[in-house]
Amino acid sequence: MKESRFGAWLALIIGTLYFVVPLIGTFEFSLRMRRGVYSFDAYRVVLSDPRFQASFGYSTVLAVATIIVGVLLVVPTAYWVQLRLPRLRPVVEFITLLPLVIPAIVLVFGYLRIYNSSSWIPFTAHERTTDLLLTFSYVTLALPYMYRAVDTGLRAIDVRTLTEAAETLGAGWPRILFSVILPNVRTAVLSGAFLTFAIVIGEFTMASLLDRPAFGPYLQLMGANRAYEPSALAIIAFVVTWACMGLIQVFGRGKAAARRPAGR
Amino acid sequence: MVQGTQVEAPPTLAARLMPAQFSWAWLGVMPFFIFALMFLIVPTADLMIGGFQDADGNFTLNNIRDLFQPSILSAYWISIEISVASAVGGAVIGFFLAYAAVIGGLPAWIRPTIMTFCGVASNFAGIPLAFAFLATLGRTGLVTVLLIKFFDFNIYSTGFNLLSFWGLTLTYLYFQIPLMVLILAPALDGLKREWREASAILGATGWQYWRHVALPILWPSLVGTTLLLFANSFGAIATAYGLTGSSLNIITILLYAQIRGDVLHNQNLGYALALGMILITALSNGGYIWLSARSERMRR
Repeated sequence: MKESRFGAWLALIIGTLYFVVPLIGTFEFSLRMRRGVYSFDAYRVVLSDPRFQASFGYSTVLAVATIIVGVLLVVPTAYWVQLRLPRLRPVVEFITLLPLVIPAIVLVFGYLRIYNSSSWIPFTAHERTTDLLLTFSYVTLALPYMYRAVDTGLRAIDVRTLTEAAETLGAGWPRILFSVILPNVRTAVLSGAFLTFAIVIGEFTMASLLDRPAFGPYLQLMGANRAYEPSALAIIAFVVTWACMGLIQVFGRGKAAARRPAGR
Repeated sequence: MVQGTQVEAPPTLAARLMPAQFSWAWLGVMPFFIFALMFLIVPTADLMIGGFQDADGNFTLNNIRDLFQPSILSAYWISIEISVASAVGGAVIGFFLAYAAVIGGLPAWIRPTIMTFCGVASNFAGIPLAFAFLATLGRTGLVTVLLIKFFDFNIYSTGFNLLSFWGLTLTYLYFQIPLMVLILAPALDGLKREWREASAILGATGWQYWRHVALPILWPSLVGTTLLLFANSFGAIATAYGLTGSSLNIITILLYAQIRGDVLHNQNLGYALALGMILITALSNGGYIWLSARSERMRR
């Protein structure tokens, strides 16, 4: 037993080194901007860059739009499949897995082919409709994660009883969905939402090929032209990702704590 | 195939279970299917059809044949090599890490810490990840500089280059290993303590236990997740693009250049390129889905 524990420690130490050293390296590099002394200059430069603010703001708005569209699409579908069409579950699950099968670059290639400015739905003809197309493509990217999170949440509650109770009390469908079901899967929806945010905020391929001024293309541009700012940006991106995952944990724990007193 | 099922299933179901509410039940999932058609199925199917057409829309196999020219084949091949290396590497290292976290007998706080970190690291991909490795192992990166300073050892004098096959593989491992840990941990949880005790009572060594008990149970998860990791890095582009610009000739970067500026001088060849990618990721992901369903059944 002692032997195996040594192996476990060894694996842990090597793993920790591999994962922590690049973070330290990046952080150290990001402090080197001023010659001979460590400083936060790179961060100051980045944070005051109007293009940083614009692209980060743009991607944030897009992430929020993606989350809203994604929730409106996934929650009713998962709910309806669970309640009325359980036999459709394998089909729906298969479709939600497709974005993992088809690489993002192939999807956006397809969009550019069928939604170009001379097609029957010219999404890419205007900036605003391209934003819409980008939002939908992000909903597609996030679909596997969003669906799994919501579906797990729905399985944990008694959808049928809740629906019947609400119906008995005279609630209509919108009310059942938004006042009964949605609050009960709030934790699941939130964890799907934060994961979506983490995916969308730095996404490069789709934004770049649809030619929108998002954070991902901005990162690429900085990487190609600057020395120290990219490291500062990598640290910022890491912090954002970490914050998203942390929030998932926080809300997940809050739910577990809230549920225990209620008893099952 | 997907389209066929979704058209048929609702009517039969509605007819059987709720004849009165036929239209209702069907309408409830309509937005989802319309969305899936518009943003998943039709764009992909359209590309795949385009791969079999010439510029005038006539059926042809020329594009598929043209895929076998050396420059395209080598792009596919480098992508496959990097994906295999980072998938197998990620699977092996991820297995040991998951093993350490789940059944390694380490202090209790380590497992949740590893899991949370893996959640973050598996999503920390793309361009920021490339920046991180440039700052660490690039020519003026921290590790490179420290190795020269303290050990008088220049990793670049050994032929190592971050902007190369091994550099890219090493970088990809940063999101491959955590993904492996996240997916494999539940499978390791499924190994019952009694099995280990039973084999120990019967006189089996640790190696025999792994060889004859644990690995036969785990192999669908191990192989399946390795396939998932393969597809994961095969379709990746942002990390490679951030790291090497367009200097490394992998298939996603070639496709990116093709979408941007038709570098192949044949639109339809570009569609065939995408078709080949879909085929490869579909095979490996299909294997993953099949094997993970199998391992779930075995665990019950």
